[in-house]
Amino acid sequence: MELRKSYFADERKEDLHEVGQPRPRSDALGHVTGSTTFFADRNIPGLLHLKMVRSPHHHARILSVDTSEAVKHPGVVRIVTATDVPHNIYTILTLIQIGPEDEPVLATGKVRWKGEAIVAVLAETERAAQEAAAKVHIDYEVLPAVFSIEEALKPGAPLVNEYHPGNYYHYDSGECRKVRYGDVAEGFRQADHVLEQTYSSSPIEHAATETTGCIVVPERNERFTCYTNTQAMFFTLDNTSIILQMPGHKLHFVGGTVGGGFGGKVDVIVEPIAILSAKLTGRPVSFIYSRHEEMQVSSTRAAEKVVIKDGVMKDGRIVARQVSCYTDAGAYSRHSPYGAQKGAGHFPGPYTIPNVWADCYCVYTNRTPSSAMRGFGVTIADFALEVQMDKLARLIGMDPLEFRFVNAYRDGDIKAHRQATEGAALIEVMQEASRAANWPVADKFYAMSSYKKEP
Amino acid sequence: MAMLHGRGVAAINYPTGMNLGGDPTQALVHSTPTGNFVVTLSSVDLGQGMRQIMAQICAETIGVPTERIIVDTADTDTGPHCMGTFASRGTHRAGNAVIQAAKEARQVMLEVAAEELEVNASDLETDGVGNINIKGAPQRSISIFDTALAAHFKQGRSISGRGIFLVPRSYPDTATGAMKPATCYAHACTVADVEVDDETGEVTVLAIKNIFEIGRALNPKMVEQQLVGGSWMGISHALYETTEPYYPSRDFGGVDFNEYLMPGPGDLAETEIIVLERPAADGPYGAKGPGEMCANPLIPAVANAVFDAVGVRIDTLPITPERILRALKEQKADKRPAG
Repeated sequence: MELRKSYFADERKEDLHEVGQPRPRSDALGHVTGSTTFFADRNIPGLLHLKMVRSPHHHARILSVDTSEAVKHPGVVRIVTATDVPHNIYTILTLIQIGPEDEPVLATGKVRWKGEAIVAVLAETERAAQEAAAKVHIDYEVLPAVFSIEEALKPGAPLVNEYHPGNYYHYDSGECRKVRYGDVAEGFRQADHVLEQTYSSSPIEHAATETTGCIVVPERNERFTCYTNTQAMFFTLDNTSIILQMPGHKLHFVGGTVGGGFGGKVDVIVEPIAILSAKLTGRPVSFIYSRHEEMQVSSTRAAEKVVIKDGVMKDGRIVARQVSCYTDAGAYSRHSPYGAQKGAGHFPGPYTIPNVWADCYCVYTNRTPSSAMRGFGVTIADFALEVQMDKLARLIGMDPLEFRFVNAYRDGDIKAHRQATEGAALIEVMQEASRAANWPVADKFYAMSSYKKEP
Repeated sequence: MAMLHGRGVAAINYPTGMNLGGDPTQALVHSTPTGNFVVTLSSVDLGQGMRQIMAQICAETIGVPTERIIVDTADTDTGPHCMGTFASRGTHRAGNAVIQAAKEARQVMLEVAAEELEVNASDLETDGVGNINIKGAPQRSISIFDTALAAHFKQGRSISGRGIFLVPRSYPDTATGAMKPATCYAHACTVADVEVDDETGEVTVLAIKNIFEIGRALNPKMVEQQLVGGSWMGISHALYETTEPYYPSRDFGGVDFNEYLMPGPGDLAETEIIVLERPAADGPYGAKGPGEMCANPLIPAVANAVFDAVGVRIDTLPITPERILRALKEQKADKRPAG
């Protein structure tokens, strides 16, 4: 890696001593020698292991749950079902007033995706818990399921989640988060070319080295210590407090050393049920996802569909951009309504376009819920936007890098979400890319600057 | 049948933080009796090295070497509130809170030293190696070790400080979408060189050139680890990864690292990284959040390079050999003369 200090030198003071220095990480030696203590590196006497009974169906009514055989399995200590959960409906973002609560901790009445948690089994060993979980008998009436964004939005489609009529998130702005800037219809009329293209993606797993999990110890003072690898300590504590109807002072969360997050550890999934289990048994409880659960049960990056329609002039200026973006949330909200909205704030990308229209939908399907993941709301949008930029450049016969210079945003430019641009540096990263990759552009583009005042 | 070379470019920006929900983080700083400083947080180190960065920020602000900082984080009984480590917000939000707390602690430290030296606190400066000097007269000085002892056992003062950084919530306008979704923006441009085997559909990413503008590289080595790792994740997203290869069908999903495809060491491209620094007005020492964005430009750059190589567009991720071969087959069929 090289630092190119020649750019923006007038905006930096080189007067720092500790910051800016490549000091070795204090935790590096522990990590590379395998001696760092992670949450699971604890030998706790009397530890119980939790295994979850999960739905084999994408969408089904639960007719009956029979745990009588499982509870007799050697080593089983307790079975936890929906009726044991004090407030068995939640949504993580309720803490920032993004509702409604739409997801049960343990399914009751219905399951809405294959892998949904229904019954928790607590046993002396992991093996006993796993074997007993196989002995829980659940009768289902299978219901029609929807798997794709298109199916979900069809009139008369099976309803995925009763809290989201029409199978989409209801924003205060209606069926989607909307951005309206200028007049796209007028822009398309002016344009020399109009290009509409559709982009899509499939769900992606965070694939962190360490799987999601926690160990809970009930303390003598009636508090619960939860050793966890959550990415958000108080987010998890406060949500747990609501779900378990347990005052916050009973909860003590310890964490902060995590084997990779990437957004995969911001769903409040393992802690509430593990703490409840510790309370019900009076024993320490471990609930750690297997790799299988991490891959197919834990939230993914959402599959997305992005439709972009652009109006472009022969000289390279984009005069209108209309985007419809669909986030496949799966069966429950988790962080997806937020991610879809984050996308709305991101379009039309780092370009100055006078007419912009964006509709960002959060759609429910009978799939593993998606949630936060590195750059969500933006990553797939950038894939779509930047492939579209390439197509537009080729359509008008312009070099793809030069085409980006023509449209690049600069300080003071008003973006579609009506904020003035500050601290832009798109032009400079492209100038340096042109030099480093030996991808020459016309001299006038090397003379450009993100600064407000041009020379 | 041939190995075809292609080149693609992509340019992006990326927001720091999550202002659409209100975005606070707090920090506390206090000195030990011998003049070391403890930063107390509830932020989470995900493996990216947050503890190290908070230590360097605190050291810079107080004016002591980094090794004198102890970071105590992620215990809800002791650490003040943090929204969490996500949305590229850790360094930016927690860093700003640490600066505020450290400034307050530094001020008390200078006041204690001033009383020991019988001068005004405003006449003092730190030398960065553990002493407090009188400006212009460095021969008159007191060590931070002695200053902390005096505060604890003689003057009865707590060398400590409190910090919070809060970006108030932005509510999008329902009609226009006017909003302030983030504070500062990082930038990136990637050029990818690929080779595509038109017989197997396999893509090899030969080389990537990444230019990132990240405000300020607070620790250049740690920035590098983040940007290299993110770049490879981007390549992985572009060409390999999904839990459901035939989405929206739920079949054939991988359940372990044998079935869930990711690039191995032999699949990774030669990676060159160049960093530009345009300090963010509201960033801790100008830093923006580069954590998430470094994966993003790789995906379209690789997609555009694949098109440049073989002339077919794969607009669905991931760009698998199967999708490339099907598109090539279709391309051939289209070119066949009618009738």
